[in-house]
Amino acid sequence: MRRLTTRTSGNSPRLPAVSRYDWLLFLHLIGAFAAVGSAVVFSVLMVGGARVAGAELTFLARRLWDVGGLMTLVFGIWLALDDYSIVDGWILIALALWAIAAGTGIRLGLVFAESNEPPAERVRPLYGVMVVAVIALLIVMIYKPGA
Amino acid sequence: MSFAAVRPDDWNLALLVHVLGAMVLVALLASAAVLLVVALRTEDRTATVRFAFRTLLIGAVPAYLVMRVGAEWIASKEHLEDSDASWIGIGYSVADGGLLLLIVMTVLAGLAYRRARRGGTPRTLLRWTTGLTLLLIVAYAVALWAMATKPA
Repeated sequence: MRRLTTRTSGNSPRLPAVSRYDWLLFLHLIGAFAAVGSAVVFSVLMVGGARVAGAELTFLARRLWDVGGLMTLVFGIWLALDDYSIVDGWILIALALWAIAAGTGIRLGLVFAESNEPPAERVRPLYGVMVVAVIALLIVMIYKPGA
Repeated sequence: MSFAAVRPDDWNLALLVHVLGAMVLVALLASAAVLLVVALRTEDRTATVRFAFRTLLIGAVPAYLVMRVGAEWIASKEHLEDSDASWIGIGYSVADGGLLLLIVMTVLAGLAYRRARRGGTPRTLLRWTTGLTLLLIVAYAVALWAMATKPA
């Protein structure tokens, strides 16, 4: 069994009013949507978006990471302090993955900002590491290994 | 005070599929919106409109299907298929209405691409598609709020 990110209501269709945990989870999830969205927009850039709207899509990808990265970190730590333990293994793994995704994502954004069509050998390693880190982060958040 | 409850391990994969599909879908809608705005602002717009159309057709529609299949999967595991909880109702309403909007947007983008390819200026089609795309993103934000907070 794992702690919930989606509360169940198997026998009870009615649930109590929205709690602080629910609001924090919502804001954390908004951040997660933006952070994963950043990786998706970088994917759009990689498959040809850079040729037709490179500057605009790069702006979107960078801002999504700025907002999403910050919100996932702030509200994730808040949730951890409120409802879990900040030194739980899965939370420490998530923080490490977040740092990897942030480091590669920010550098990837800078590379695309320098040139709409940067050399593949510069962007592919950064893009690959960012996508793997973001997907691993999502898996860790849902599976919460060791919780 | 902890509000966190528990969820069985065998729900995790279904939840991952649902959430990942939703995240990719919303990001592709945002990308399509940016591409459509760029297409509205430029004179040489054919390639941009084509890319926006393909983003919706090849990207957003499959992502929707992944999200929707994941939703049914997790709902069946939680035995929520026939639930009358408001957050479930919001989720189904946004998902089903969202599919209709997504189909309309994709068709409009396709028509805009065809008109642009023939040398026309499909501004009205592009404006409608952009507006519907932004509307759908807002609707999914409401659905996310309902999914996360599960209001009474």
